[in-house]
Amino acid sequence: MIKAILIDDEPLSRSLIREYLEDYPEICIVQECQDGFEGVKAIMQQQPRLVFLDIQMPKINGFEMLELIEQPPAVIFITAFDEYAIRAFEQNAVDYLLKPFSRERFAKAMEKFMEHAGDPLSGTAAQPLLSTAALSPQQRQRIVVKTGGKIKIIRVDDILYLEAADDYVKIYARDGVFLKNRTMAYFEDLLEKEQYVRTHRSFIVNIQQITRIEPYEKEGRLAVLKTGTKIPVSKSGYARLREVLDV
Amino acid sequence: MATSPLAPFRNRLIFAACWLLWIAVQYKSLLEFQIDPAIALTDASLSNTLLAVMLALMIYILGLYRPQKRKYLFLLVWCLALSGLWAVMTRISLAGLFAHHPDYLLFLRKSMPLRFDITLLVTGCAAITSMLWHSQEEQKQQESRKRHAEKMARDAELYKLRQQLQPHFLFNSLNSISALTVSQPEQARKMIQRLSDFLRGVLKKEYQQWVTLADELQHLQLYLEMEQMRFGRRLSTEIIHDEESPAFLIPPLLLQPVVENAIKFGLYDTTAPALIRIKASVDRDLLTISVQNPFDPETASPRPGAGFGLSSVQRRLYLLFARNDLLSASAEDHHFVTMLKIPRHDQSHPDR
Repeated sequence: MIKAILIDDEPLSRSLIREYLEDYPEICIVQECQDGFEGVKAIMQQQPRLVFLDIQMPKINGFEMLELIEQPPAVIFITAFDEYAIRAFEQNAVDYLLKPFSRERFAKAMEKFMEHAGDPLSGTAAQPLLSTAALSPQQRQRIVVKTGGKIKIIRVDDILYLEAADDYVKIYARDGVFLKNRTMAYFEDLLEKEQYVRTHRSFIVNIQQITRIEPYEKEGRLAVLKTGTKIPVSKSGYARLREVLDV
Repeated sequence: MATSPLAPFRNRLIFAACWLLWIAVQYKSLLEFQIDPAIALTDASLSNTLLAVMLALMIYILGLYRPQKRKYLFLLVWCLALSGLWAVMTRISLAGLFAHHPDYLLFLRKSMPLRFDITLLVTGCAAITSMLWHSQEEQKQQESRKRHAEKMARDAELYKLRQQLQPHFLFNSLNSISALTVSQPEQARKMIQRLSDFLRGVLKKEYQQWVTLADELQHLQLYLEMEQMRFGRRLSTEIIHDEESPAFLIPPLLLQPVVENAIKFGLYDTTAPALIRIKASVDRDLLTISVQNPFDPETASPRPGAGFGLSSVQRRLYLLFARNDLLSASAEDHHFVTMLKIPRHDQSHPDR
């Protein structure tokens, strides 16, 4: 038996997949979820081998949900019409179902899944897809993180600065510090270059938070934020800062 | 700033070549009249250099200013004045240079009218060529502007069409129909019917023609009913209006984006039951429509005026009524309310 989870906010859409799945008695839907929050919880608890995932959903979309799962299982993506999602799938050669899809098309997706014996969507395969998808206007506005057992949506405008911490990035926001397992380069790509500047190898700063810049030791400088925090500024970081501030 | 016909390097080269050729031609002609070669060369060089300077000056000035009316009269006066000036300057300088050659002086005096005529002809040719060059440039610019404007209009039209068709809504509805066909064929048929009516309504709509609120509400009702079938009991809608408002004329496709926005935040972005409430009332010459939807403060951060749907509505209202106070939005306690005010349509301005 193969455990599967179905994540889609529309009951009719879920019933269609259930109907198509009658041809696959070995697949067992252990849980149905109607948003990404439920989806994260269900995947953690049930540890399914396969997930049917709709992209557009309430609260957080399918990509943001996957970001929160460290070892994602195999996923069959479903979307109705989302230019950014489709671009992300195409660029990364990931298969996806377009609503409305036929029984034959569904069978093809299942065949692919069976062929790979349900290989999980391993961390390395998921990363490029999620990085591309994160460039959509909706996802550029916010960052989704898991803190404790809860899911937190950070509005990008609320970010003060970011600091590299081993395999993670520490996000210092207005209402707390959060961790996300992404690289600094990823955030440098994602965030608006006019507002977020990489002042140092390990720091990205929201320039609206900077009150002044003071010299520090020989060649270095420090950016002083409104909160009083001092952020290191390297020589090249200072050049980038000057370019953005136009001074 | 207008460019000059003498700006391209090729044209300058042609200008210089003509100048040298003209010197050569005149030198040759003067020799025919038994003029001393040294004097002939000086005469030809001096008079033609003066002419070249004058022409360059004229071309430059035509680049800065060209009359729109009576331009040929203007050109004629210009050419006459320039040729006259040229004749005076040539005569004085040549007579001064060769004051001790009475034969040459006599020749100079006799040939002056002919020289003037030739110069007038040359100046006229240069002026007309210059004029033509400018009008051709203007035409080129106009054409490129026109092409650009047409492309923009086309793009906007395409974008509008795509927005109206709402591909996301369309494909999701088709998917729902696909799901219903086996289990509830009767419902599937009903949904196809509604979807067809909705699409017919979209196709029928013209951007310029005003519609009654009743028509618009009927169209929206189809849309809302389909969403209801997709989302089941989670969505409920309420439409309240007073007696006067159904007959009130409103611009087409103004209310729909507002309701779509309400559905987006109230239904797509939440999992709780959603009540979309539309209220319309008329107060003298002003129709007020409010659209209320719930929202999830955890994930959505609706800011008044934000979102593409609303900003395009704001822009249309401004274009129609030159007022910026007709659209307002407020968020309080899990509810987002968009208020739309529409002044009474003046029948005497059908194109407004």
